Amino acid sequence: MSDPGADTSSRGLSRALGRLRRNPAALVGTLVFLFFLLMAVLGPLAAPYGYEAQSIAQRLKPPNAAHLLGTDQYGRDILSRILVGSRGIFLLSGSGTLLAAFIGVSIGLFSGFYGRLWDEALMRVLDVLLSFPPLLFALLLLATLGPSPLNLLLVISVLYVPMLARLARSTVLDLRTKEFVEAARIRGERDLVILFREILPNALGPILVEVSVRFSYSIFLVASLGFLGLGVQPPSPDWGLQINEARSFFATAPWILLFPAGAISLLVVATNLMTDGLRQVLQPGAR
Amino acid sequence: MPDPSVVFQTTDLTLGYQTEAGLLPAVRGATLGIREKECFGVVGESGSGKTTLAMGAINYLSTNGRVLGGSSRLREVELTGLRRIQMRRIWGSRIGMVYQNPSTALNPSLRIGRQLSEVARRHLGLSAREAWEKSREMLARVAMPDPRSIMGRYPHQLSGGMLQRCVIAMALITRPELLILDEPTTALDVTTQAVVLDLVAQLTRDFASAILYITHDLAVVSKLCDRVGVMYAGQFVEQAAVRDLYQAPLHPYTLSLLGCVPRFDPEGGKRLLTSIPGSIPRLDALPRGCIFASRCAFVRDECRRSPPPLRQVRPGHSSACLRWDQLPTAAEYARSAPQVPVHKEERPEVLRIVALKKSFPPTERIFGSGGKGRSIRAVDGVTLWVRKGNTLGVVGESGCGKTTMLRVISGLAPRTSGELLLNGETLPPDVQNRPRSVLKQLQMVFQNPDASLNPRHSVERAISRPLRLLAGLSRRQASVRVSQLLEAVNLPHGFSRRLPEELSGGEKQRVAIARAFAASPQIILLDEPLSSLDVSVQASLVNLLSELQEKNNVSYLFISHDLAAVQHLSHWIAVMYLGVLMEWGDAEDVFAPPFHPYTEALLSAIPVADPEVGQRPIRLHGSVPSAASVPAGCRFHTRCPRKIGSICETQTPPWREGRNDHRIYCHIPLEELRRLQADTIARRAGG
Repeated sequence: MSDPGADTSSRGLSRALGRLRRNPAALVGTLVFLFFLLMAVLGPLAAPYGYEAQSIAQRLKPPNAAHLLGTDQYGRDILSRILVGSRGIFLLSGSGTLLAAFIGVSIGLFSGFYGRLWDEALMRVLDVLLSFPPLLFALLLLATLGPSPLNLLLVISVLYVPMLARLARSTVLDLRTKEFVEAARIRGERDLVILFREILPNALGPILVEVSVRFSYSIFLVASLGFLGLGVQPPSPDWGLQINEARSFFATAPWILLFPAGAISLLVVATNLMTDGLRQVLQPGAR
Repeated sequence: MPDPSVVFQTTDLTLGYQTEAGLLPAVRGATLGIREKECFGVVGESGSGKTTLAMGAINYLSTNGRVLGGSSRLREVELTGLRRIQMRRIWGSRIGMVYQNPSTALNPSLRIGRQLSEVARRHLGLSAREAWEKSREMLARVAMPDPRSIMGRYPHQLSGGMLQRCVIAMALITRPELLILDEPTTALDVTTQAVVLDLVAQLTRDFASAILYITHDLAVVSKLCDRVGVMYAGQFVEQAAVRDLYQAPLHPYTLSLLGCVPRFDPEGGKRLLTSIPGSIPRLDALPRGCIFASRCAFVRDECRRSPPPLRQVRPGHSSACLRWDQLPTAAEYARSAPQVPVHKEERPEVLRIVALKKSFPPTERIFGSGGKGRSIRAVDGVTLWVRKGNTLGVVGESGCGKTTMLRVISGLAPRTSGELLLNGETLPPDVQNRPRSVLKQLQMVFQNPDASLNPRHSVERAISRPLRLLAGLSRRQASVRVSQLLEAVNLPHGFSRRLPEELSGGEKQRVAIARAFAASPQIILLDEPLSSLDVSVQASLVNLLSELQEKNNVSYLFISHDLAAVQHLSHWIAVMYLGVLMEWGDAEDVFAPPFHPYTEALLSAIPVADPEVGQRPIRLHGSVPSAASVPAGCRFHTRCPRKIGSICETQTPPWREGRNDHRIYCHIPLEELRRLQADTIARRAGG
């Protein structure tokens, strides 16, 4: 006999795709997102030029056949820098968000499941973290710790752990009293089995949606920090950094600034559209 | 032949919904007429199209609803094809609506008086002062105590029964020609339902409206309506005067439906219910012939060839069955179901509850001691026991503590005091401290099948977990056993791979029952397992539970607010009110005089699906007192129709013992009760 689990999940998938087809915006968003993800994976392989390759002769050229998005003040190809830059964005925002998700969801699950004093204490600590304005908090931490990719990653996690933990907790609190969980207790399932086999699969939908929302926020955060000079350092092709460097040339060569800025907006909007689609698939009925 | 007394008439009305799967014809060729002061009941199970019919007939379908054909007239006005702006002058003024759930029908942020008088101002053109006066008058007409103070209250300050009376007052304030009631008592307790039904019956006479009454409950129809139309899969299959329909149903669906209702039978005697096999056909795959053919016990080849039309077969009685003249009577049909063996011998106890108490703290807080309020005594000293292979039914209205009691027994909620004994041994209070050998003996079926199965787990997993955990089977053995269990609950083997969302409500509950039986427990706690299901599904589950009990010699502790279902399934019955038992004994003794006055009130409140059974109208007024402030003395004294004096208010009553352990918790002696109650419920001699 084949594994019933695999069967049910593949049918779930086809149903999910069916629901997604009815939301073209989400489909476009997902495609754009996947495009950037692919570029991040391929990185320099996909770029027509090296991202650091300078050419004084080709300085500040507007978009043309050789350089589709033009060149910057050092004659570097902007398209290549944007494509390669997506790798840094995905690495930093992605791993930062995933780390935050791992820590936050773990805290939320246990806190919500066991409740009582631990729950109260943890939640008050998280409230303190939540009360700081995110960008200010990030600036403070980075100014103290020094700007480095690792620190940036830690900052993202610290910022997003509280929100993910709260969401995971409230989802668990809701599921914990459901009758199927009580049925599991009556047949003597252990706590960990109840938490990971009964509750978590049902909490995954809202958690995934929240994680992808946080991901799009963190793209923005990484770019903002790069722009402020506290993120990735030059000559990295970070998008925020590129915008910062391009500021003084805006009047004469606006494309240096507009294309990285456009890339940020595109990826953020695409991620949000994808999230909407995800929400529709994972939490049908909720709007 | 337009009849001037006909207020509302639909002719061949066909309605559909535009869905992803195309246009689904939800109601087909519906014809009905209602005269002045007449109450027309539309009966059907969920999905039969009864609400769509009512909404479509008054042009009030949702945006994807379409009128596909036919006509619908209110007096001289053709309603189909009227635009919303024209309908708005008719809705609310010439047509009144009362919905199932009164708490969502009223705006929670406006006072009752404002909501009522708004209707009067909008449709009757009254001034604010006149409208206010009119509203007060209406509230008095629907028997609201102290209408003036009710006017100033918000919906959340009123009980469900009072809210429904407000909604009825609001619907009637314009003296509508047509009043539509869509399951108006389904969300209410039996005793409240009885009061609301009396009210509706009386208002029909006073207001001369035509009433369209939609319900799934055949018993309610028999008490209230003049004519009944039975709907199945979007069509009327039978229409007749109430008495004719119940005495001589001329369509197999009506016949089966009547057989499905656990009949409250004063004579007792146990028999399986006649259930309807299969399920309602899908609207996108309607059969070519008779729509009921696939589930009909009397089907012939010619039934499958072409759809039999609804035609008048006797004066005032129409049926859509080709074989209407060859059907058995309802009584004969019910007798065709096999009898359930009754075991009279004394059996050993399985579960005993001694002086069980459960109270909730007034406010739940983690920091701080929660202020003053009194604690809520949900279960306040209950002693009872369940015998091997027997069913103990516990009945009571919502809020009587029966569910809390079950949760305490199952170990899901901690108890405050008292003792639980399983096979004479003390049961640990918390489910987490119970060894698996104990858990194996005591399983539970929950009320809501949608919530009791994990939506992410297949049927196979749901049933095999207890097998592996409690029965200690290997994966392979469990898989074999799952197939056997599915067969035992009459589900096809292929269902093991399905997810809960791919099952109907009844199928889910069968899976939940299979899961409870998996580890071969000695006793199963049944928490209103039928209340969310359709009558025909209920009937097949009642039968299933009886058969499984007989086969496995398992005991049930069955709680329900449905007296008829409890009487049908139970060997012993306990009646609960405000956390304590009022009466307890053998099923036959509890439902025969002498009754506890509360039992008596419940019995006279449940509508019996038989116009021939007379019930003395005993109505409980007011609502159940809060369990936070339990009345002194006998806690039923605030509503008791047989209160004898101050003794009831000050002294706790004694347990009066009758034969066979029958006990009644009352100040009135048993002999006196028996004399008073001789004709509470009786079959009318000869009509």
